[in-house]
Amino acid sequence: MSRPVPRRPQHHKINKDLFVLTYGALVAQLCKDHEKDEDVNKYLDKMGYSIGTRLVEDFLARTCVTRCHSYSEITDIIAQASSHRNQPQVLLILWKSQQVAFKMYLGVTPSVTCNNASRNEFSLILDKNPLSEFVEELPTGRSSLCYCNLLCGIIRGALEMVHLTADVTFLQDRLKGDTVTEIGIIFLKQPNEKKYRRRK
Amino acid sequence: MADTVLFEFLHTEMVAELWAPDPDRGPRAQKIGLSILESMGFRVGQALGERLPQETLGFREELDVLKFLCKDLWVAVFHKQMDSLHTDHQGTYVLQDNSFPLLVPIASGLQYMEEAPKFLAFTCGLLCGALSTLGFQSLVTASVTALPACKFQVVIQKPRGPVPSLKEAL
Repeated sequence: MSRPVPRRPQHHKINKDLFVLTYGALVAQLCKDHEKDEDVNKYLDKMGYSIGTRLVEDFLARTCVTRCHSYSEITDIIAQASSHRNQPQVLLILWKSQQVAFKMYLGVTPSVTCNNASRNEFSLILDKNPLSEFVEELPTGRSSLCYCNLLCGIIRGALEMVHLTADVTFLQDRLKGDTVTEIGIIFLKQPNEKKYRRRK
Repeated sequence: MADTVLFEFLHTEMVAELWAPDPDRGPRAQKIGLSILESMGFRVGQALGERLPQETLGFREELDVLKFLCKDLWVAVFHKQMDSLHTDHQGTYVLQDNSFPLLVPIASGLQYMEEAPKFLAFTCGLLCGALSTLGFQSLVTASVTALPACKFQVVIQKPRGPVPSLKEAL
């Protein structure tokens, strides 16, 4: 090279921006292809779902190595949790997992709140949403667009892979004028639910 | 690094969704799909190029720019350097990556060769867009001999004048 080039800090920044910029280009392309906001939201959710089903494996692989003695330990915990979904144990696991996952993949830590007494509705609240870092406002005529709907799909897909069915939607969105971005998670009872029997 | 994983998963979903939304429409639809992926890569490459350190934007020698792409940009985006760079010193460059991260999860060897181009279209656009911000108009194509190795051929068209900002380009 004819001159020295600066290294680490710029690399990290470019890498961080790559995902956010690519996501923006994707949303723009989907908006071109589909006139209705509902269709764009649907595709983003569907793509997020596919990503979530695979991302959870990556997440478990990364966190298990440092936190658990064996992979079977965490799967046992999650399997037990999915059969006792109203227990405080579930809250603790999910709360920690969601926070760790958001920090790991997006660099932000959401706060988690429980929305109802039966303890099956939660919210993830993000002060700053990294996905919409370069977005000032929604395009005109796209007021129902859930720009970050990929996130809802990812969460839904990840939860399904650990046998937890949930409805995940945006309750508040900074791009629509709210003060924070809030993702609501409602756990749904599975039909014909059987109690999980732990194999000895 | 976790960010890389997110991008790789997103890229896979984009290819699945945008490459050929209607399989019955045949090769023409596939070509359109490839050019959509390439144009998305171009937009991202341009935007990434604008975020590069100021010193790099002062490159005027073609070879320096290509070396920068092979080393710094590739490391920032794919966490590895390009494995080799060849040129005929007349504006054509061949960048070879023996283990391209977006092809690694697909296959190793000669299996799924016909699927490979759609996984390279976005990156071709990315290179083209980054070069555009650095002041060079180019044509980028990719070829695969055996997964996960691939080659990107960059043909510099001619140096442009002052680079317009992304806003003006849109």
